[in-house]
Amino acid sequence: MQTVFSIAVDALAYGMVLFVISIGLSVTMGLMRVVNLAHGAFAMIGGYIASYAARDLGLGYAAAVLLAVAGTVLIAIPIERLLYRRIYGAPELTQVLMTIGITFCIIGIANFVFGPTLKTIPLPDTLRGSADLGFRSIATHRIFAIICGLLVAAALWFLIEKTAFGIKLRAAVDNAAMAAALGVRTEFVYAVSFAVAIGLAALGGVVGAELLPVEPYYALRYMVTFLVVVSVGGAGSIPGALLACLLLGAIDTTGRYLAPEYGEFFFYLAVIIIVILFPRGLAGRFK
Amino acid sequence: MAASMNQTLAAGAPASRNIVGSLAGIATIIVIGIIGYYLFPNNLALLTRIIAIALLVLSIDLVTGYCGVATLGHAALFGAGAYAAGIASAHYGASDPLLMTLIGALAGAVAGLISGLIILRAHGLPQLVLSIAVIHLFHEAANKASSWTGGSDGLSGIAPTALLGLFEFDLWGRTAYIYGLALLLIVFVLLQLLVRSPFGMLARGVREDPLRISAMGASVQSVLLRMYVISGVVAGIGGALTAISTQVVGLDSLSFTLSAESLVMLVLGGTGSLYGALVGTVAFMWFEDVVSAANPFHWLTMVGALLIAVVLFAPRGLYGTAAALVQRVKGGRA
Repeated sequence: MQTVFSIAVDALAYGMVLFVISIGLSVTMGLMRVVNLAHGAFAMIGGYIASYAARDLGLGYAAAVLLAVAGTVLIAIPIERLLYRRIYGAPELTQVLMTIGITFCIIGIANFVFGPTLKTIPLPDTLRGSADLGFRSIATHRIFAIICGLLVAAALWFLIEKTAFGIKLRAAVDNAAMAAALGVRTEFVYAVSFAVAIGLAALGGVVGAELLPVEPYYALRYMVTFLVVVSVGGAGSIPGALLACLLLGAIDTTGRYLAPEYGEFFFYLAVIIIVILFPRGLAGRFK
Repeated sequence: MAASMNQTLAAGAPASRNIVGSLAGIATIIVIGIIGYYLFPNNLALLTRIIAIALLVLSIDLVTGYCGVATLGHAALFGAGAYAAGIASAHYGASDPLLMTLIGALAGAVAGLISGLIILRAHGLPQLVLSIAVIHLFHEAANKASSWTGGSDGLSGIAPTALLGLFEFDLWGRTAYIYGLALLLIVFVLLQLLVRSPFGMLARGVREDPLRISAMGASVQSVLLRMYVISGVVAGIGGALTAISTQVVGLDSLSFTLSAESLVMLVLGGTGSLYGALVGTVAFMWFEDVVSAANPFHWLTMVGALLIAVVLFAPRGLYGTAAALVQRVKGGRA
């Protein structure tokens, strides 16, 4: 019972962190049709900035999170302008090559600037201990991660389903050329959603630093996980991504608890089964 | 589009020109191989490694360049060949290098069949993800079966006997290098015949328009699967070559990193041409070796910058862009 409970909490927290990081990737992939392997690199940048702000500048946790999100978006804007613009609509292989190149560059630079060691982000006292639920106690940080995930999901749902911008975004996802013909400034929609996606990645990188430790090879190590989540959920779908994150988070965490010697064997076995059963993702409209 | 038209036209040109072109290409490979032998006598291990990886990249070119299947899991075929050859020698005493190569090729074909059956179930992004899942499954399985594969310690105890009973595998790797070069040449010639055969044409047709091919009455799935098996043979030979030349097989031969790097090499050289695969492999591995020796701290940044530069300035790959330039110069003269 103890094990089941801790697996459930860890799986939920892990799934939510995955969701916060990869939902941006899912939206941009559904919108711009770019296989962005560098998404994890932006989450990593967020983690580094937060760690620098909190440890070296001595700022509070909230300030560090804000600075990380803003800083990562600022770094991403010129990269989008100069590099990503060129590969919209390019063949998949070209996109893979370009985004792997960007990932390698970011890893190399992070390694040079921050060194190869693991970076921690000191948590404030309120998030450090564990909360007593009466019958069990859970690490407060796990609860914080879960709440962050739920808030992001709710905010995105509101943004996409209830606002004028959301309508334009959905129109552009369904048919970009048609939306542009009807007067939607797709360039603007692309730029804003790219910025939001990167900001969320950075947020996920900071919030999830306890579960996915920040180090230079972060970008490469989790790149595949994020891509898998998006593909299983179906690019461009928020409920799909949420479902995929919870499902894959649960499978991965259970596998790690019960059969650690098999590594990620069950995770990828599940991925193969799900993709074969749902080739368009759990709720996908990609292609 | 224009490029593929040109290719089709070139393939339909008189057979004599084709043969002259192939002979020139083969002669170039031999000359470069010999130059490498005399220029880097102390670095033959690296050159042999380049040849083995070149076989892997050629094998990816068969499915990606000729059939249009994007895969990030092709090292599964390479690693299967390496492990099969290594296990045959270390556990069963089958240490004849030719026999080991044959076993590696067979294992590669089986791995190609298995991963082809899985990967070909989807298209586009899900296909890419399936291929990633396949390479991780192979990796974890090899890690778990450590009594056979040595797990993360690597498989050691591989001791290939003298090649043809005459040439011992020496410390400097001369025999291994020459054996590798010979393997590469044989495979290359056979692949050139293959891609020009009716089957090769059918494969290109599948890449251009699968719907039309199936409307013509050919089975797209069977073409792709057969190509996957052939590509497994090529990758398996490459894997067996590493097992023979380094006498150790590590988990890195079944890694996602190797899969991704070799796909990068292919795109760097140019997909859909056997020369592109070779050019990409040599360029990438040489660049990696020079840069990582010159500055171990920055090499990843530089490799990344190289990839970005290729996408921006040579979108068809090094060989593809060079070939297009030559074509334009020729066209200007005519």
